[in-house]
Amino acid sequence: MTDPIISIQHLRKEFTGTKVSVEALKDISIDIMPGEIFGIIGLSGAGKSTLVRCINFLEEPTSGDVFFDGKKMNSLTPKELRKVRQSMGMIFQQFQLLEQRTAIRNVTFPLEIQGMKPKDAMERARELLKIVELSDRENSYPSQLSGGQKQRVAIARALATNPKILLCDEATSALDPNTTKSILSLLKRLNKEMGITVVVITHEMAVISQICDRVAIIDGGLIAESGNVSDIFMAPKSRIGRKLILGDAVDEVHFESGRYYRISFDGRQSQEPVISNITLKAKTPINIMYAKTRDVNGTARGQMVIQLPDNPEKQKEILSYLKISDIPYEEVSEL
Amino acid sequence: MTIDATTVQMIIQGIWETLFMVFGSSLIAYLIGLPLGILLVVTKKGGIHPIPWLNAVLGILINIFRSIPFIILLLMMIPVTRAIVGTTLGPGAVVPPLVAAAAPYIARVVESSLSEVDAGVIEAAKSMGASTWQIIWKVLLPETKPSLILGAALVITTIVGYSAMSGFVGGGGLGDIAIRYGYYRYQADMMIVTVIIMVIIVQLVQEIGNRLSRGTDKRIR
Repeated sequence: MTDPIISIQHLRKEFTGTKVSVEALKDISIDIMPGEIFGIIGLSGAGKSTLVRCINFLEEPTSGDVFFDGKKMNSLTPKELRKVRQSMGMIFQQFQLLEQRTAIRNVTFPLEIQGMKPKDAMERARELLKIVELSDRENSYPSQLSGGQKQRVAIARALATNPKILLCDEATSALDPNTTKSILSLLKRLNKEMGITVVVITHEMAVISQICDRVAIIDGGLIAESGNVSDIFMAPKSRIGRKLILGDAVDEVHFESGRYYRISFDGRQSQEPVISNITLKAKTPINIMYAKTRDVNGTARGQMVIQLPDNPEKQKEILSYLKISDIPYEEVSEL
Repeated sequence: MTIDATTVQMIIQGIWETLFMVFGSSLIAYLIGLPLGILLVVTKKGGIHPIPWLNAVLGILINIFRSIPFIILLLMMIPVTRAIVGTTLGPGAVVPPLVAAAAPYIARVVESSLSEVDAGVIEAAKSMGASTWQIIWKVLLPETKPSLILGAALVITTIVGYSAMSGFVGGGGLGDIAIRYGYYRYQADMMIVTVIIMVIIVQLVQEIGNRLSRGTDKRIR
């Protein structure tokens, strides 16, 4: 097994104010493997932005360790830290471009920081703008670019120093849905073509489902659950996970007495009219409490919560049909 | 007032003396005030390189200098001026008090300009491994250039006003003419002429400042 590129161990971060202290992160442990796209999702205030800043030490953890590429971040001198940061790119919700520099000179900025010759830096920046498909705008100032174009410049800038990881802090939250899609597919492409590890911080489940391999859901400074995106989408275990994946329905749908089952579809059963078959087979109507389909990494995933009829015989019949049809199901007591 | 050659000669000399005082002292004052302003921004709590005690000391010193009325500062600085310039008369002798008045003012003007940089942009520069120096030279100063230029226009026009007070201590320049001829000798027209010339200088400096600032700003267009 390969070593994780980022290993966060028992990370705790407390902000001490003059009157009150806030414990933003309580006890976080995450391993991020090289080449994966790892998502960190949570509601606002969950501590996810603090967490990503603890990776490149823009925020210093109160306790716990962060290892990057085998190096313990806590033990670096300020000079070493600056050096290490050059192998970590970061992009932001508000792009954070230098307004008085052209697109290409924004991209050369981290190279200047490294001390690269201006001519070489311009050449490298030109390559990067080509990768993010913005070659024609190299002399534009940020104020002349759209949000999506600004984020592309920011991505090119973050990649300029050939980093091993790319940290994305709500990188698509200020963009419209179409632009979000194009930025996400760009990130996915960079991950595939350059093998760069991507850490995505977001509050939008759609972002996670579109590009992430694994996800950690954080809530109240702790990891509520983590795992493969497809697994968590099929059966979120934590309350916050269900809320993020199922949406408001969690609060709106309440179960009365009776037996409820969650059945999952992974795209194979799309040809089969499952619910109609159940109804015909058991000769009884069944109640659908909740249903949703979504695109997870390119495949359609659906799930449905149904209420079984009270008759135990009919219940058995329905469950055996599900079993024979190879459709995953589990009994649930809440959505 | 008779417009003869000597009067014209005197006014022209007054203009030159005023310009010399204003721009000479502005230049020297910026050499002191600009680093001070940078230091204020960098060392403040939550700044790029926080040193709270230094920030507090600087802040207090600057406030003290800024609260002394210029006319008092002119008198207080006489021994210093004599030590540096060798005389307490003429336009050269007004430069030290002007610098002493302008430098702390510049520090505050620069501070407010540099504070315009979004904390997120500084964070981004840090995330790329920029050092404190690199953030100052490559982010703070270039990003706020339009605002720094406007600030300089504000500083220079203020110093024009200060320089006029130097007439009271025999410092030369247009202010000196206004006081000696206009005030002491009741030549109201002389006073009006010199005041108008100073108004023109202020207008020009402000206009040039506005244009330069707009010309370098890439945020709007």
